[in-house]
Amino acid sequence: MLYIKCPYCGLRAQKEFSYGGDATVKRPNINEEVSSEDWDNFVYMRKSPRGKHIELWQHIAGCRQWIKVQRDTATHEIFQTAKVTEEIR
Amino acid sequence: MSQPFRLNKEGLINRNKKISFTFNGKKLFGYEGDTIASALIANGIHLVGRSFKYHRPRGFFGAGVEEPNAKLQVEFNGHSEPNVNATEMELVEGLSATSQNCWPSVNFDVGAINNFLKMFFPAGFYYKTFMWPKSFWYKIYEPFIRKAAGLGVASIEKDKERYEHKFEYCDLLVTGSGPSGLASAYAAAKNGAKVILAEDKPRFGGTLLTDDVSIDNLSGKDWAEKIISELKSMPNVTVKNRSQVFGYYDHNMLVMFERVSDHLEKKSKFTPRQRLWYIRAKETILSTGSIERPIVFGNNDTPGIFLSAAAKEYMKVYGVLVGKKPLIFTNNDSAYETALEFKKNNVEPIILDTREEHSSELIDEAKSKGIDIRFSHGVIVANGYKKVKSAKIGKLNKDKNSFEKIETVDCDCICVSGFWTPSVHLASQSGNKLKYEEKIDAFIPDKKKQHETSVGAANGSFTLEESLKHGFENGSNLSAKITDTKTEIAIPNVNEKKYGAHDKFWCMPLPKNENSKRFVDFQNDVSVSDIEIALREGYRSIEHVKRYTTLGMATDQGRTSNLNGLQLVSNIENKIVPEVGHTTFRPPFTPITIGTIVGREVGMEYMPTRKTPMHEWHEKNNAVFVDAGAWKRPRYYKQGSETLFEASKREAKNVRENVGICDVTTLGKIDIKGPDAAEFLNRVYTNAWMKLPVGKARYGLMLREDGIVMDDGTTTRISENHYHMTTTTAQAANVLSHLEYYLQIVWPELNVNVVSTTEQWAGAAIAGPKSRDMLSKLYTDLDVSNDALPFMGYKEAEFFGVPSRIFRISFSGELAYEINVKSDHGIFMWEKMMEVGKEFGNQPYGTEALSTLRIEMGHVAGPELDGRTIPSDVSLNGLVSKKKDFIGKNSLGREAFNVESRQKIVGLIPIDRKSSIPEGSHIVQDQNAKLPNPKLGHVSSSCWSVENNNPFSLAIMKDGKNMIGKKFFAVSPLKNKSIEVEVISSHYVDPEGKRVRS
Repeated sequence: MLYIKCPYCGLRAQKEFSYGGDATVKRPNINEEVSSEDWDNFVYMRKSPRGKHIELWQHIAGCRQWIKVQRDTATHEIFQTAKVTEEIR
Repeated sequence: MSQPFRLNKEGLINRNKKISFTFNGKKLFGYEGDTIASALIANGIHLVGRSFKYHRPRGFFGAGVEEPNAKLQVEFNGHSEPNVNATEMELVEGLSATSQNCWPSVNFDVGAINNFLKMFFPAGFYYKTFMWPKSFWYKIYEPFIRKAAGLGVASIEKDKERYEHKFEYCDLLVTGSGPSGLASAYAAAKNGAKVILAEDKPRFGGTLLTDDVSIDNLSGKDWAEKIISELKSMPNVTVKNRSQVFGYYDHNMLVMFERVSDHLEKKSKFTPRQRLWYIRAKETILSTGSIERPIVFGNNDTPGIFLSAAAKEYMKVYGVLVGKKPLIFTNNDSAYETALEFKKNNVEPIILDTREEHSSELIDEAKSKGIDIRFSHGVIVANGYKKVKSAKIGKLNKDKNSFEKIETVDCDCICVSGFWTPSVHLASQSGNKLKYEEKIDAFIPDKKKQHETSVGAANGSFTLEESLKHGFENGSNLSAKITDTKTEIAIPNVNEKKYGAHDKFWCMPLPKNENSKRFVDFQNDVSVSDIEIALREGYRSIEHVKRYTTLGMATDQGRTSNLNGLQLVSNIENKIVPEVGHTTFRPPFTPITIGTIVGREVGMEYMPTRKTPMHEWHEKNNAVFVDAGAWKRPRYYKQGSETLFEASKREAKNVRENVGICDVTTLGKIDIKGPDAAEFLNRVYTNAWMKLPVGKARYGLMLREDGIVMDDGTTTRISENHYHMTTTTAQAANVLSHLEYYLQIVWPELNVNVVSTTEQWAGAAIAGPKSRDMLSKLYTDLDVSNDALPFMGYKEAEFFGVPSRIFRISFSGELAYEINVKSDHGIFMWEKMMEVGKEFGNQPYGTEALSTLRIEMGHVAGPELDGRTIPSDVSLNGLVSKKKDFIGKNSLGREAFNVESRQKIVGLIPIDRKSSIPEGSHIVQDQNAKLPNPKLGHVSSSCWSVENNNPFSLAIMKDGKNMIGKKFFAVSPLKNKSIEVEVISSHYVDPEGKRVRS
C-alpha cells in the first residue's frame, strides 16, 4: 500500500485516495473549436510509461482535493506530490 | 505415562503443568511450553504424516518455520484447522491432532503404493499423462488428482473466532529477537525511537536460547531476558512475541501476523484469535536469522532425520531427545554443538564430517570429550521405513564422488547440517536484489530499494560478536537519523566458540547399485532425479525448473530446499549459482489464516450499512429491504402473506389511483454555491441552465467526456447563487468527484463550491393523483395550487414547525412532490405523512413499485444508463443543447453515434399479454436460429404494468425506432424462456406527460 503525501494533509495511506489518471492531459478549452484529432487525443490517448509518471489522485477520504503525484510506475517510488495548481518539474 | 525421550532437567518448559492432548486418537501428555512436535517426540512418536506425492512416511525435520513435513489437522477451541505446523503450534489442553494425506491411517496408507510406482511418477508426470483425451480432464483426471493430492481438510463450519486488524506506525521495526535484533531494538530504544520488536516464536532470544555463549558474563538466555525486560519497561517500545512479519510491501509497509490467543486455555469473549498488523516503519531492521540446510542423501526423508540445530533446540528448549543413538552428519562446525549437547545428556553420538581431518575449537572439544568423529565420512542411505534403524555410511574419496569404504551403523536418528542459509525473504520482497556470497554459499541482501537493513545471520554474519556489533551500530545509526539523539552504548563482551571453515559439499553421491530417492524438497516430494529430468527435458530457467518439478513451491516455500536445488541445477549445467539465480520470494513468509486477512470485515461488518432516518419505521412496518450500494432501501412493505409481485403491484396501483409515499433519502444531494454556479451547471449538464429562475427546478443530464450518459437528476435554484443538485443513489460519489475534478483542475477560475449534503436531508416523495390534496393538509398555510406551485416549482415552508423544502418533481410520472427536512426530522415527517395521508388512501411504496412506475412511463434509470448509451439512444436528445458547449459535447459528433441503425430505447409487450420478460433477455429474430443467434438488442428493465395490467419491458434495440410494430423473440437461456414480443413506444403510459403537470 502506497504512502502518499497529500500537500494539504500530509502522509496518508493509499486507501484514502482514488486514482485519477495522467495529470499532464489538458482539456481543450470550453467554447472553443477543437479538431477531432485533438479531441480524440484528449479523451482516449494516454501514454503508459514504465518509469516516471505524473498523475492525479483525489484524497477522497480526506480533504477531497485532487493532487498531482509523480510516481515510478515500475517501482511505485513517489518522487514528488503537489497541489494541482503547482507544477511538477 | 512416562515420556521416554524427555530429559529430566533441561529445557524451558513448565514441568509443573501437564497438558493432555490426543494424536490420531491416542491420549498423550506434554507440558506447558511444548509444541505439538516436542510433545510427540518426547513420547517417542516420529511418524506424523505421509508425503504429498508418494505417500512416504514422514516425521519431524525442523523445530520451527522451516518444518516441511509435520503438517497436521488440529482441532482445538471448537474449530478444526488444516496444515498446522506441528513445530510451531503450542500445546493447549484438549487439543486433538491428526495426520493428513493418508488413508486409512498414517501407519497403513494405501496411497503409499505410489512410492513403489515412483518410476511412473517423475517430474512433469501430470503434465504428460493427463493430456488426452481432452474431455477426460474435468470429469476424471482433475477430481482424481484433487483427491489424491492435497493436505488437510478446510472446515466448512462458520468461523466463530474474532480476528482483528491493527494499523501502526513506528520509527524502527525490528523483525526477529535474536542477538542482532535485540541489540538493534535496544540501541534504537535508547535513542528515543518508537520501536516495534517482533518475534515469531513464543520465546524471545532466537539462537541465544540454544547456543553455548555468554554476553557480559551472562548466559545468552539470561542476557536476552534482561534486554527484553528492559525494552518492555520503555514506553517507546512495543515488544511482540508469536508475531511473524510475513510481508514487505511498498513504501516500507510491513504486515505482521500475531497469534494472540491460540495458546491460551481461557480467553475473554473479545480477545481476538489472531491479529493482522499493518506497520508503516520509517526504517526496518531485518534480523530474521538463518535456517540450517540439509545435506542430501539417500532416503533422507525417513522419520528420525532432523536438522542438527533442530535436534539441539529440542534438547535445550523442550528437554527432549530426538533419539538415543544419534548420527551427526555435517559439513561444518555448528553440528558439533549438537553432538556436545547429546554428550552432556549422556547420549553417545557419532559425528560424520565430510571434511578431511582437521582441527578447530569445537572439534578439539568434541575430541577431548571422547566423541567418535569420522572425517571424510557421510551418510549414503538411511535404512528403515517408518523410522531410521541404521545408516549405510561411507568414507569419501578425495574428490568426494565415490567411496573408499562403506559400512552400516545402527542409529535411531540422524542430525544433518549442510551449513546455514540467511533468511532473506523480507529483504527480497522489499525489492532488494540479492547477491551470492561465495563465503557462505548463499544469497545475502545487496542494494536496497527501501528503508531496510539486514543484520546478523540474515546478512550472512554467523558469529555472535559480529551480529551484536551490527545490531547495536545499525539500530543506533538508523534511529539517530530519526530522533536526532545518540546514546552511546558499550558493546558487551562476548564469549563464543570459534567455528572453522565449512565444506562446500551438499549432496552425497550414490554408489552404483544404490538407487534410493534423494529428496531435495520434502514437502513436494522433489528428488535429485526429478531435477535431472527437468534439465534433461530442456528446462533451463530456474523459474521453469521450479514450476515443472514444483521445487520450493510448497507451503514451506522451499526454506530447506531452495539452495540445494540451485546447487544441483548449477552443477548439472556447469554454471555457478549466481548465474542460475534464485526464484522469487513472495509474501506470506509463513502461511496465515484467511480469517486474519478478512479481519472484522465479515457479515454486517463487511461494509458500512447506510440507513435512512426512517429505517426503523420501515422495519416496524414489515418492509423487505434491498441493498442500494451501502444503503438499505425498502423494496416493498409486506402485508399478510403477499409476495413481492403482489405487494409491488398493490403499492404501484395505489400510487396511480390514490397517493403513496416513498423514502427517497438515499438520492445523492450536492449543495452548489458561488457566483459562477449557473455557468458551471451550464457546462456540466447537456441542457441550458443560464436562465433557470430562483425557485425553479430543472431536469438535467450529464455526460462523460466520451459522450456516454453519466447521470441524470434535478437541480433546483434555491437562491441567486445557491443550487441543490440531486443525483441517482448509485452515482452520488462519482458525480461529486466529477464536479470537484472540473472545479479544481479544469476550470479553477470558476468561483463555485460543492459539498455533499446527502445525509443532511431526509427525503420523501408524495406521488399520485391525490398528492396535492394530501400536500394541502400537510401545509395548511401554503398555497399549493397548480398556479402557485407548478410542475418543477420549488418552495420553502414550515412542515408542522420544522423547516422544509418542497420540490414539485416526479419520478413516477404522476402528480408528485418531494419534501426534504433535516435528517433529524425525517421520522417526524414520515409519521406525520402517514397520519395525514390516511384519508387519501396513502400507502408507503418501495423500490419495486417505484421501478414499475418509472418503467411503464418510459423513464430511464441505471439499467438504461449503463455506461454504453448516449442521450439519443435513450430518447433524451431533446435535453442536448445545440447552442452551447458542455462536457462530452465534442464526442457526440462521432460517426458511430450518429448512424441510423444505432441502438435505441423501445418498449416491449408480450404477444400473449401474460408472460413477463426476464431482464437481460436477448432480442432475436428467430428463436430457433443456429447459434450464435444474431442479437438485435437486450431487455434492460421489466415490470408488470399496473396501468394496463400486463407485462411491459424497456429494451435497448438496434435501429429501435424503426422496429416499432414488429415482432421478435426475447430469449433468456438463463431462465430457459423464449417469449414472443411486440416492439412499441417506450412511453407506455401517459406519453404526453399530462399527469405531472395536472
